[in-house]
Amino acid sequence: MKLKALIPVTMVVAAMFALATSVSAQTIKIGLNIPLTGDIPKVGEGSKFAAEMWLSDVNGAGGLEAGKKKHKVELVIEDNESKAESAVKAATKLITEDEVLVIVGPQSSKQAVPAGGVSQDRATPMISPWSTNPNTTKDRPYVFRAPFLDPFQGPVLANFITNEFKFTKAAVLYDQASDYPKGLAEFFKGAWEKLHGKGSVVAYESFTTKDTDFSSQLTNIRNSGAQVLFTPQYYNEVALIVQQSRQLGLKSPIVGSDSWGSAETVELCGKDCHGAFFSSHYAAAGATGATKAFIDRYNKTHGYVPDDVAALTWDSLRIVATAINATGGLTGDIKKDRANVAKAMAGIKKFAGITGNMTFTPEGDPIKCAVIVRISDKGQFEFYKSVCP
Amino acid sequence: MALFLQNLVNALQWGSFYALIALGYSMVYSILMLFNFAHGDIFMVGAYIGVGVAFVLIAMASQGALALPPWAILILTILFAMILTSFVGMLVERIGYRPLRAAPRASAAITGLMIGIILETGNLALLGARRIRFPSLIDTTVYEVGGVFITNTKIIIVVVALLLATAMHLFVRKTKWGLAMRAMAFDYVAVPLMGVSVNAIAALTFALGSALAAAAGILYALAYPVLDPYMGILFGWKAFVAAILGGRGSVMGATLAGFLLGFIEIFAAMIFPSSLRDLIAYSIVLLILIVRPHGFFGEPYSARLRL
Repeated sequence: MKLKALIPVTMVVAAMFALATSVSAQTIKIGLNIPLTGDIPKVGEGSKFAAEMWLSDVNGAGGLEAGKKKHKVELVIEDNESKAESAVKAATKLITEDEVLVIVGPQSSKQAVPAGGVSQDRATPMISPWSTNPNTTKDRPYVFRAPFLDPFQGPVLANFITNEFKFTKAAVLYDQASDYPKGLAEFFKGAWEKLHGKGSVVAYESFTTKDTDFSSQLTNIRNSGAQVLFTPQYYNEVALIVQQSRQLGLKSPIVGSDSWGSAETVELCGKDCHGAFFSSHYAAAGATGATKAFIDRYNKTHGYVPDDVAALTWDSLRIVATAINATGGLTGDIKKDRANVAKAMAGIKKFAGITGNMTFTPEGDPIKCAVIVRISDKGQFEFYKSVCP
Repeated sequence: MALFLQNLVNALQWGSFYALIALGYSMVYSILMLFNFAHGDIFMVGAYIGVGVAFVLIAMASQGALALPPWAILILTILFAMILTSFVGMLVERIGYRPLRAAPRASAAITGLMIGIILETGNLALLGARRIRFPSLIDTTVYEVGGVFITNTKIIIVVVALLLATAMHLFVRKTKWGLAMRAMAFDYVAVPLMGVSVNAIAALTFALGSALAAAAGILYALAYPVLDPYMGILFGWKAFVAAILGGRGSVMGATLAGFLLGFIEIFAAMIFPSSLRDLIAYSIVLLILIVRPHGFFGEPYSARLRL
């Protein structure tokens, strides 16, 4: 290897870097920390498509306005492989190397809780479009979110099952190694026992991420005499859990949470999932106004109805844009600008999103309505009921 | 009682996969003294090849080029996938292990890990991260017998697994090739001097082990029809445990240990809180190994091996 030959190459690379940074002073960089591979790639895909749609709108209009100037926007997309440690790595890279102004994502709480810690420590505003676990934003003034919270979602589902079916005995099956299902399972159990007394959750079974056989747990659940099974899992596990339940003779209704709301759920699960209920952020079938416009446009470009996570990513980016508008201009000093954006974002009190109207708490959490969705006999997500706080 | 019987059925199905994968591990380990850590990923490749074969066969059947009932398509899928995956196994041996046969054992073990990663990420690059749904070749029917729920897929899985394990046992015990394999396991140095080709035996061992893994992959996909490129890792590790538990150089041992591991896992979740399943299950396995360091059917290295 000739070392001398490397010198001009290094110089060119260095010059390119210098050029890149000088250009980026003019543009606004927004980081996306999303799961493009790993356990839930469909979630990453939906987020990416929604973000690209938003980007073409903004840049098509000449850029994002802050103060009197319009800035071009650039998206820096990092794959967090749906892993907590990779999400931390991605957040750190976006903040230190790419020097983004704001981070959108991670989506699931398993990644959003630790990545939120990084954003807080490095004073960079972050908004998670999909994370419903309270710990994501707790005591973190730099971290925000777009969806409702699990302490709200748990009781919504417990009340819904009680009112709809008049059941008194419930079973829960959840992944103990993932923040979102574990947290939601606890909130549901708490709410259910408040309604029906201690011991009314007759089976509280768990498994570990990557498990595919739940026969032993489901046999326990069947024998417990539970009238309903609540399982707050992601779409890949939902298919296996529901199919195995039916094969083990468990005939009770199965109820899920907002993590079910993926276009893949029914595709993987088939007709076993028809008739199941879950809570969600929006129901695509029967949407109106801006929500319908978003769905139609997405469907036209990508050939399928967008998941709730795509709609929430869209809302999150619009919240980010609103905050950047409200800063009254960028200084060019990334640290100062980040602090200003965080302050502006905390200043947003009301927001009309395509996933519903939100009012924000001082913690940075929105208060908004949940939707109960029924999977129809054709496998579509049907609006069933709206539940507001 | 119904609870016990139900879990017995559950465990038989779950153990079938461990048994088939452990067989491949055990044979490679016994004959070539090699930890083939890529074996769990061969299982994954087998399942994916099965998807491809099944799609082709279903397409042919629907166009009328092939008038076959669903069960025949299933059998053909398993057979074709086994044959194709055995070539993948031989390729892995040829590229990954043969050049390193004289290298230290650690290098060969590391090769296995690397080939595993290459197979996983290669699949990821080829097909993307999207989950693939295995086509439902046969409609699942649920039977209830005295409070115990059994499906036709469960029966197919257990029967095919037992048939294949028996076939493998007979092959190793009754054929000339099997004799050569057993001899190689017995003495790695002297047997080549007797005119047995190490390369041929190594290729055969990998081919057989991979074929069994492919069968396991398709049976698995029948029961758990959601496939992803990383599905083989955890399975590979656990089946490796079964292979060691069965004892070096024992076809029957690996099969029985595979089923035993399934039983331990299922019953641990039945008796104890399911959150402690693997903690308890693998503590039990550790205890068994402490009591029987050579596994159930294995013997100390100096003694005669009964493959």
